Amino acid sequence: MTASNSASASSSDSPMIEVEGLNKWYGDFHVLRDIDLTVARGERIVVCGPSGSGKSTLIRCFNHLEEHQQGRIVVDGVTMTQDVKRIEQIRRNVGMVFQHFNLFPHLSVLDNCCISQIWVQKKPRAEAEKTAMEFLERVQIADQAHKYPGQLSGGQQQRVAIARALCMRPEVMLFDEPTSALDPEMIKEVLDVMVELARDGMTMLCVTHEMGFAKTVADRVIFMDQGQIIEQAPPETFFNNPESERTQLFLSQILGH
Amino acid sequence: MATRTEMIEARRPPDMRRGVVGWLRANLFNGPFNSVASLLTIVLLAMVLWPLAKWALIDADWLGSTREACTGEGACWVFISARFETIIYGFYPDAARWRVDLVLTMMALLIAWLAIPRLPAKRWVGLFALVGFPIVAYFLLLGGHFGLEAVPTREWGGLMLTLTVATVGIVGSLPIGVVLALGRRSKMPLVRSLCVVFIEFWRGVPLITVLFMASVMLPLFVPTEVEFDKLLRALIGIMFFWSAYMAEVVRGGLQAIPSGQEEAAKALGLGYWRRMGLIVLPQALKLVIPGIVNTFIALFKDTSLVLIIGLFDLLAIIRAGLTDSNWLGFATEGYVFAALMFWIFCFSMSRYSQYIERRLHTGH
Ligand SMILES: Nc1ncnc2c1ncn2[C@@H]1O[C@H](COP(=O)(O)OP(=O)(O)OP(=O)(O)O)[C@@H](O)[C@H]1O
Ligand SMILES: [Mg+2]
Repeated sequence: MTASNSASASSSDSPMIEVEGLNKWYGDFHVLRDIDLTVARGERIVVCGPSGSGKSTLIRCFNHLEEHQQGRIVVDGVTMTQDVKRIEQIRRNVGMVFQHFNLFPHLSVLDNCCISQIWVQKKPRAEAEKTAMEFLERVQIADQAHKYPGQLSGGQQQRVAIARALCMRPEVMLFDEPTSALDPEMIKEVLDVMVELARDGMTMLCVTHEMGFAKTVADRVIFMDQGQIIEQAPPETFFNNPESERTQLFLSQILGH
Repeated sequence: MATRTEMIEARRPPDMRRGVVGWLRANLFNGPFNSVASLLTIVLLAMVLWPLAKWALIDADWLGSTREACTGEGACWVFISARFETIIYGFYPDAARWRVDLVLTMMALLIAWLAIPRLPAKRWVGLFALVGFPIVAYFLLLGGHFGLEAVPTREWGGLMLTLTVATVGIVGSLPIGVVLALGRRSKMPLVRSLCVVFIEFWRGVPLITVLFMASVMLPLFVPTEVEFDKLLRALIGIMFFWSAYMAEVVRGGLQAIPSGQEEAAKALGLGYWRRMGLIVLPQALKLVIPGIVNTFIALFKDTSLVLIIGLFDLLAIIRAGLTDSNWLGFATEGYVFAALMFWIFCFSMSRYSQYIERRLHTGH
């Protein structure tokens, strides 16, 4: 880590995430094409688009779960490189919630939330557990802290996954379709937690097809198709006056006409 | 939202079967076909088991110390009891046998401590079992330091040799196997190729060949000044041979863990060794406990192959007894006893693994 990195990491007016000319290929397949994107601190962005358009791939580049071949990604002032130390530094600042929760089934809910605090942040166990209980309280699942993930419902598991990510006190949260593996009656309890989080000023990048969530929470909606950002606009403009034809088509399909 | 804080224990269904007669009726004689099948099985079992029990227990001779004690009809266990000490200690000098006793007792205590969940301080006991105990056992068994008489390994034998080989094999092959399995999945091509070559080499060679190579060929390549103990060579060969098998068992477990687990661990900022040690391996190893124990059992039984390079393990020492001119003609007793000893150890491992599997189940 260089001096300039740590300096910019602490300044609050620099963007949270900066992406310039991002290109990515899977073999011959061009998944991400010339992506430019700036996410301001505290901004809430919803990413939508048809299946296979590269939404997951894009946000997974921001914590290097996917490697990009061209372009520049700067997260919280730290430029993404191949360097493992730097990648881990970025990951400490970026929380992620997955479609399939990905809780650790061999650890209790509490340990799921403590493990990275203890081993990455080197906190004493008691302190880690205190933080964990705080966040489990916030997602209203503290009473299940000693159960194993396999004993919880999908909605409960996803709320634990959110708490687990928050325990690291990340600067930005990435959500990859957090509600699409859930039964309809559980979607609301997870969305409620996310809305709450947005109100508290968390920077959020959220891939979702929950257009209600986008309308109430998002500062900006991004539409992707075939690896490109086709359109980005505040939700009112995006839903009422979409510019591109592809967006209109997508919206008409997803809003069920 | 009403949530329980306690899990409700799964209850057994109400028991419809009352007493022995009820159980028999419900399980063995429910219907004409089952009744006939049950009767036939019972008759067949009796036909096989009765002569065995008669030979091994009822008509057997138990007391005495010489051949005269054997009266003929059944098994003569005096053959075993007369040479029991040799079967346990091999040619280990009488005066030093307390050292073997001490090591075996320590080992039994350590295993019991680690195996019984209620006992505390597992981490420290485990650490001692893996680091302290081997050092203590090495100095006690081999001697030559601290005023203990040196006992070269060619005087080792019997059960203590079998247990030494099995323990070193088991304790050595698991970690080496884990490292090989991780290496085989590594993104670094050099590491991966090395592991693949290592695994495929050892898996492709019969254990007997490995032992022959260790005892006959290795001395040809290693300069003669380097004194390389025969037992040590066998131990290394056995460890590497079984670690290759272990690696494949563990790899099977690693492949069964969904990639989301590692991704979640990455996203939390955990580094490679932490991801493996805290997230992936605990799940993978738990999944392949049956395969691991299967390998342990195979390893335990195959320790008897060391007899072909002139080491006197449990089986070899019993076989040696068969050629004793005072005790000709007791091969059956010898082999049955050897089989029983091996069976006791292997069956214990099998039962313990089943118990551990149930204990580690967290409902997914
Ligand atoms: N590991 C991979 N190797 C090759 N192709 C891949 C890989 N992962 C994803 N792809 C392809 O890249 C494209 C983008 O995938 P991505 O998962 O980012 O889509 P998405 O927009 O998240 O879709 P969905 O809404 O279905 O989740 C898809 O066409 C997919 O088939
Ligand atoms: Mg996706």
